[in-house]
Amino acid sequence: MSVTVKIPTQLRNVTAGDAETTVDEATTVGEVLDGLYDRYDGLRDRIAEDGDLRRFVNVYVGGEDIRFLDGLDTSVEDGDEVTILPAVAGG
Amino acid sequence: MASGAELIRRAKEQITEVDPREVHDLLPDRNGTVVVDVREQQEFEQSHVPGAKHVPRGHLESRIEGKAGDKSARLILYCASGNRSALAARTLQEELGYEKVESMTGGITLWKDRGYEVEVPRSLTAEQRERYSRHLLVPEIGFDGQMKLLDAKVLLLGAGGLGSPTALYLAAAGVGTMGIVDDDVVDLSNLQRQVIHTNERIGMPKVDSAEQGIHDINPGVEVVKYQTRLDASNILEIIEGYDVIVDGVDNFPTRYLLNDASVRLKIPVVSASILGFDGQLSVFAPYEGPCYRCLYPTPPPAELAPSCGANGVLGALPGIMGVLQAIEVVKLVTGSGEPLIGRLLLYEALGTTFTNLKLRRDPDCPICSRDPGEISDEEMGVFPDYEAFCAAAG
Repeated sequence: MSVTVKIPTQLRNVTAGDAETTVDEATTVGEVLDGLYDRYDGLRDRIAEDGDLRRFVNVYVGGEDIRFLDGLDTSVEDGDEVTILPAVAGG
Repeated sequence: MASGAELIRRAKEQITEVDPREVHDLLPDRNGTVVVDVREQQEFEQSHVPGAKHVPRGHLESRIEGKAGDKSARLILYCASGNRSALAARTLQEELGYEKVESMTGGITLWKDRGYEVEVPRSLTAEQRERYSRHLLVPEIGFDGQMKLLDAKVLLLGAGGLGSPTALYLAAAGVGTMGIVDDDVVDLSNLQRQVIHTNERIGMPKVDSAEQGIHDINPGVEVVKYQTRLDASNILEIIEGYDVIVDGVDNFPTRYLLNDASVRLKIPVVSASILGFDGQLSVFAPYEGPCYRCLYPTPPPAELAPSCGANGVLGALPGIMGVLQAIEVVKLVTGSGEPLIGRLLLYEALGTTFTNLKLRRDPDCPICSRDPGEISDEEMGVFPDYEAFCAAAG
């Protein structure tokens, strides 16, 4: 099973420019993020703090904000799309 | 073969005529009587009997049932002098089976001679009809929508990357009053994306340059310029009275300040942000959908909050995002379609993907979970670590 993760511009300097990647063998959003942290050095500090997401970073599964689901325990299924979205102020 | 005058005389014999005084005495509720003006469009637009429906005689047979469907109801027709309405009344009576149709003697000319009031409907000038003809053809906008646009007051925060295309398209669409807030001057490095400005206007205040750009495309727009930075001391005064706010500001403190002030005054905000090849768009309609703080309770610390100035942006990206904002404004003003409330649209230009995310109101939102009156001046735009944020941002 495999989940697609979309990575925004602000984080691509720690993902070697990757805008999209896949994580296999994860059953929750937390496990998906752990998979990313193993792969990309420095990503954890950018989006997480004390084991939780930073307040200015939202994560969506299938278009739904995980804050209104089960947070990092939200389950993911094969083919799900996970979007990481920090606040942006550029105009 | 009868002459025209003979035909009219015979029609008047066949139908019932009614004096303007009797029609006037029916006002204002008319007890179910329908008054129909059968003159041409231009005549009707100049003035008509208050509350009259309009069916030009040339379209009588095809349109009357849409305006007066009950054939047993009393129907009073009038024209300029009482001739066309007599002929029309005969048609309705003899050929379409209307049971109580009458023609007003002397038409609107006699009505006015008696000193009775007329209604002068709002209308577009010939120039406006031509200018907005493609809007008038779209049923979702049409005459009523165009009138709403002409009456609308829209405030643009920033005449930069996002504000430029938004301002141009909203001006072109006929938004009646446009406020622009920007304290900057046009710089050469702006011109890669800020298309409302021009080479010749480098060094000019952006509000002045934007005003010129707006008037170049539509001189009918009233532009209100605010050459200042929004802060807690001026924001309520500036945004009050606007129908919609377009947020294209380039920093977090102003976005939070705007959010809190707009929630307090219940003004919807069409918000977009851009960075690199990515754009975000949403409509924050206070108490109807989530606010900006429901989405992001706090901003990133300054070192993690890249700006376009520092990180760059594809020049055409604010073009697409700003035009999407303009469309959302038009939808809000005209009441058409489904505005992007409670949804966030992501546009990723490199992969050419659009993603729709659902946003929800946060029941614990520090701002919009409370009544507008409870949001104090002191807390507007403030967030945890605000002082440190602004110090770090310089």
